[in-house]
Amino acid sequence: MRVVRYETVVNSIKDMIVYSTTHLSEDMLEALKKAYEEEESEVSKAVLSQLLENADIAAKETKPLCQDTGLAIFFVKIGEDVKIEGGSLKDAIYEGTEKGYKEGFLRASTCDCFTRENLKEKIGYNLPPVIYFDLVPGDKIEIEYAAKGGGSENVSRATVLAPAQGKDGIKEFVKKVISDAGPNPCPPLVVGVGIGGSFDYAAVMSKHALFRSIGTKNPDPELAAFEEEIKDELNKLGIGAMGMGGTQTVLAVHIETFQPGRMCHIASLPVSVNVQCHSSRHSHITI
Amino acid sequence: MAEYRLKTPLKEEDVTKLKAGDIVYLSGIIYTARDAAHKKLVELIQNNKPLPFDLKGSVIYYVGPTPPKPGEVIGSAGPTTSYRMDSYAPTLIEHGQKGMIGKGKRNEAVKDSCKKHKAVYFGAVGGAGALLAQRIKDAKVIAYPELGPEAIREIVVEDFPVVVVNDTYGNDLYQEGRKKWEKN
Ligand code: SF4
Repeated sequence: MRVVRYETVVNSIKDMIVYSTTHLSEDMLEALKKAYEEEESEVSKAVLSQLLENADIAAKETKPLCQDTGLAIFFVKIGEDVKIEGGSLKDAIYEGTEKGYKEGFLRASTCDCFTRENLKEKIGYNLPPVIYFDLVPGDKIEIEYAAKGGGSENVSRATVLAPAQGKDGIKEFVKKVISDAGPNPCPPLVVGVGIGGSFDYAAVMSKHALFRSIGTKNPDPELAAFEEEIKDELNKLGIGAMGMGGTQTVLAVHIETFQPGRMCHIASLPVSVNVQCHSSRHSHITI
Repeated sequence: MAEYRLKTPLKEEDVTKLKAGDIVYLSGIIYTARDAAHKKLVELIQNNKPLPFDLKGSVIYYVGPTPPKPGEVIGSAGPTTSYRMDSYAPTLIEHGQKGMIGKGKRNEAVKDSCKKHKAVYFGAVGGAGALLAQRIKDAKVIAYPELGPEAIREIVVEDFPVVVVNDTYGNDLYQEGRKKWEKN
């Protein structure tokens, strides 16, 4: 059994939070540069150039790319042959999150649903995070983190379609979500689409789909083609960067299905769309 | 698409020359406020109490910045989604506010009040918090410090880049820009 120290996890989490909220990931930078080159609308191009300049300033000054440093979202895969010494993995993630947000001068954005009171005193600075745990073979711990802002989360939607609605129904649903959202989620966007599983799991998959590196294709050739088809359709909407009109509304569509077998119940077709703004702050570490 | 450099407070002739899609660089004093602060401002107006700043010609920026690092004027400071201020904005516009800076769609009541009382809604680039913070030269909390990032701040901006979304003629960049680029 491999042993990992509690502090190692805390510090790794802290570092990945501070780094990824101030340094736009390479895949995102590339995608924004490409969008800038391809954008035909003048005003949307001006917005994209500000976004590239922003990424540059943020990295140089270690300043948050966006003031909404989000809820902290984690997908964690724990190997069956590794154990944490000195505390629990969950506590380590909580502590790392609090330290990262505090020491990185990030915003505490968690609040009570009803009173709307910030939870930084009662629970902790930007606590609690949202964590999905999964148990896998091996002796490693894999941690994926994203800072998920409110603007793009607010326009995300889930539904259960009738099986007969099929691919056309999925496409129409995604199109409606992005069209209704318009400028609000800070386009250009990455669109995560979870298809299958159960109602709740489709939503989890649509979130996890956002962690995939932009520019990579779905391993299933049929779905890779479907991703392109939906993306082209969405870019016809004309929303453009920050909704000011243009050709670059969506940088990528990422589909995730329930494995094995792209499974869902014989009576249903769950679909969820999780929208990600251009400030896609995500990273991945293995301990 | 024209470009203008404007100084705050804004006068009526400043805003009536602007058209949806124009790029504007703002300089001078502007105020920051989000929903909680808006609620308080509207309550003061309803109770005929004095406001913490002069609304006449004022520009309000919808922002909740990250905490500043030691030595910094302000943390990352990009716009927040504006619709949460829709129910309060018309009252402030009626009482002299001339500009709003945020991101995302406004409702009909806000657009009508821009037309009727000659005010403008500007869009700043959401997610460009580090860049926009560089254009903020000074910042101090002038009311409701207990609201934290949502407190009202008086900030001094220099060439703060915004785009006219809703002008005084009823134009809406989000609708028109999209129509122009939509493909069927
Ligand atoms: S939607 Fe994204 S870029 Fe826009 S304000 Fe929210 S976190 Fe920032």
